[in-house]
Amino acid sequence: MTTLTIAPVLVPLLAGIALLLTRHQVPLWLRRGLNLAAVGVQVAVALALLTAVGGGDVLTYNLGNWPAPYGIVLVADRLAAWMLLITALLAFFALLYAVQGTDRGSRHFHSIYQLQLLGLNGAFLTGDLFNLFVFFEILLLASYGLLVHGGGARRTRAGLHFVVLNLAGSTLFLFAAGTLYGVLGTLNMADLAVKLAETTPENLGMARTAGLLLFAVFALKAALIPLHLWLPEAYSATSAPVAALFAIMTKVGAYCLLRVGTLMFGPEAGPVAGLYATWLLPLGLITLLLGALGALSADELRRQVGYLVVVSVGLLLTAFGLDSTAGIAAGLYYLVNTTLATAAFFLLADVIACRRGASLDRLTAGPQMRQAGLLGGLFFLAALLMAGLPPLSGFVGKLLVLQAALDASSWPWVLASVLSSGLLAMIALGRSGSVLFFKTADALPAEAAPSAPVVASLGEWQETMRLVAVAGLLALCLGLLAASGPVLGFCTATAEQLLHPQGYIQAVLSPVTGGVDR
Amino acid sequence: MEALMSLIVGVLTAAGVYLMLRARTFPVVLGLTLLTYAVNLFLFASGRLTVGAPPIIRESATHYTDPLPQALVLTAIVISFAMTAFVIMLSLKARAELGNDHVDGRPSQEEAP
Repeated sequence: MTTLTIAPVLVPLLAGIALLLTRHQVPLWLRRGLNLAAVGVQVAVALALLTAVGGGDVLTYNLGNWPAPYGIVLVADRLAAWMLLITALLAFFALLYAVQGTDRGSRHFHSIYQLQLLGLNGAFLTGDLFNLFVFFEILLLASYGLLVHGGGARRTRAGLHFVVLNLAGSTLFLFAAGTLYGVLGTLNMADLAVKLAETTPENLGMARTAGLLLFAVFALKAALIPLHLWLPEAYSATSAPVAALFAIMTKVGAYCLLRVGTLMFGPEAGPVAGLYATWLLPLGLITLLLGALGALSADELRRQVGYLVVVSVGLLLTAFGLDSTAGIAAGLYYLVNTTLATAAFFLLADVIACRRGASLDRLTAGPQMRQAGLLGGLFFLAALLMAGLPPLSGFVGKLLVLQAALDASSWPWVLASVLSSGLLAMIALGRSGSVLFFKTADALPAEAAPSAPVVASLGEWQETMRLVAVAGLLALCLGLLAASGPVLGFCTATAEQLLHPQGYIQAVLSPVTGGVDR
Repeated sequence: MEALMSLIVGVLTAAGVYLMLRARTFPVVLGLTLLTYAVNLFLFASGRLTVGAPPIIRESATHYTDPLPQALVLTAIVISFAMTAFVIMLSLKARAELGNDHVDGRPSQEEAP
């Protein structure tokens, strides 16, 4: 059973190495198949892990058989398995889109894609702060490669900003980890939680400083105000499948804020309790509003979706900042919806851009698209999901957050911000939808427009498969709506587990069965 | 020794942050490098500074130095080295594709034609 815990790290590592070694000899279709199969295995592994921890068990894997807190430990609980499943599903559909031509730019696309998944899965599983830094670096280095995939001046410029900002963030992470180690003498997250609760008054200032430094690092990853400025440009400049996969990247930051915020600075952390929650709620609300204003001002569809990612991060962290079982459960439900819907929207924006000739996805009058009815329907579905309108799962998620907020003292602020940002997002999406689909200039047919260099000619089959990938992601959101009851039950159980971290700490520090293979 | 160490970390950090806020890619890369030097020294010192003590168990030793920060620093050095190499390559690519070495890809006012 314990080997299942490390499988989500091993599968992409081995697949990535295999894809790297075969980049010259093996034909592209076979490498595409290998990559898709590896992601498919990860979906299966994530499902198996979710079944194994669904009952509330916490599985651990001690690397090199060194017992925690001396060795590095991988920990799978409900939250980790949940994030792994979302990542694997998202990666599958983004890859399905990418193999329809986007992956031709470089031989390394497929191996970097797997290494990206290695970093993501590792970050969700690790129970060691320094190991989290290492997995962050793996996923960031892979994301730098993916971001500039395909080339072009705009991607290079956005990539440079992204890389420099994240390197500064990594340095801050190391300062925070060093401070924590210097004060408390451990880097194991469960051990840190125990020691933080017993912090002596003279060390309290240092421990708080380190905690808030970590907060800044995770906020940069999550694109929380005022560290969100890199996101819209980076996401709109890169290729569509990469932007779709990056939908989970901001959620890594949100995951770390939730994990560290509940485990190390949770309600039972004594002198440092609630360190994160006090910051999360106001910053989340401001993020919501500024993101929605950005979406209104965007001049192209992909940048608009980029700002909507910022909006969704704001809502997600508002929900986590409520610091109650209902709030965290609502956030976890909303997280699935927003990740999948954002990814679908990025892919759809690319399909639209490919069919509008030189107009690309700029929000100006352009030529009539082929299959405008079908694309319009998909756009409508995705817009409903993103803006959180009934009857789809975006609405359910938002409603749950609002319901959870009613129990908090800050409920007027939450309601006002969430509802007005929803209205702004609706106006922004309604306007871009009507411009893209209704404001068509007949005098400018698609053929007459000079074709943009980024648009490669695609076969009928590839066009269809691209739409299948978009529709698959939207269908998952509809499935989420249909299964709302069980999913919400699971999310509530996850939130309970997070707010009562003794089970996690006990499983890591004093495993009943020894926790390792003998 | 503690005073000297903290002074070095402080100066390196200050210089690194100042350089990182410059508008051209070369100072930014240099600033990042200085910042990683600073953080490596800081990590090294996080296990307390000890002179002439072994990090692993020996019969004759009376006191030890903490081995973990040394392992952490090694990891951090390797990672920051790789990242610096990457950001240098990306800066060169940006210089080639954008036609100048400004971080936001635009020449400043006085150089504009």
